[in-house]
Amino acid sequence: MARVVVNLPQRARRGEIIEIRTLAGHGMETGFRRTQLGELIPRDIITRFTCSYNGVEVFRAELHPAMAANPLIAFSTVATESGTLEFRWTGDNGFSATHSASITVD
Amino acid sequence: MTTRRQFLILAGGAAVSGAVEAQLPPNIEALRKAALAEAVRKVTGDAQVRRGKVKLDLPPLIDNGNTVPLSVDVESPMTSADHVRAIHVFTEKNPQPYVISAHLGPRAGRARISTRARIADTGTVLAIAQMSDGSFWSDSVNVVVTLSACLEDGLI
Repeated sequence: MARVVVNLPQRARRGEIIEIRTLAGHGMETGFRRTQLGELIPRDIITRFTCSYNGVEVFRAELHPAMAANPLIAFSTVATESGTLEFRWTGDNGFSATHSASITVD
Repeated sequence: MTTRRQFLILAGGAAVSGAVEAQLPPNIEALRKAALAEAVRKVTGDAQVRRGKVKLDLPPLIDNGNTVPLSVDVESPMTSADHVRAIHVFTEKNPQPYVISAHLGPRAGRARISTRARIADTGTVLAIAQMSDGSFWSDSVNVVVTLSACLEDGLI
């Protein structure tokens, strides 16, 4: 299981816009590099990231080899109700990582 | 202990990888421009892309192309009637033009994303936002890269 870090406030007022910063530990091998013997190193990247808020998808991104290693994605969402945010990263070679965080909205 | 034979094999391999790099087609500039245009067309589907509303923020001088912080801000009220549907980022000089496509909606509250990209060479970085009414807006920034991504080891 890859190491992921997600940063978001634990409490928020209803209707407040909260910023979510996510980081996933992954080398993001581009598929364009070669070894010293000239062989192409196959591509191995995270291709997709989704964030759902109480089961409803609020953010989704498709990533490409031009993303830096350990991809950082920061975005925002409106705190509508208390509950859980689910984060999911999927990629080449069956890569999958998930993280969930709870938020209290009052 | 490296034998003479092993050394020769390794040296030969290094020469081959150098040759591969040298074999890049001479019209690579034009090819990459065409690839960028094609990628943009795939997103916009021949719709007109206007400048404005989008603010692409990244350092104009990049020391290390392997991690370039960038953020895209789009002017939008982000209501269900008028919001940003997607933000796409492209680069001109990478082997592939795509960087990231982010899909958001009225629940984002604010149309802003930030991330880190790899940029291979001095050139243009382009951000395109797709609005809920189907219009496209863009911003581009010219950047100077001193240490290129993609070329860090094995090739030089």
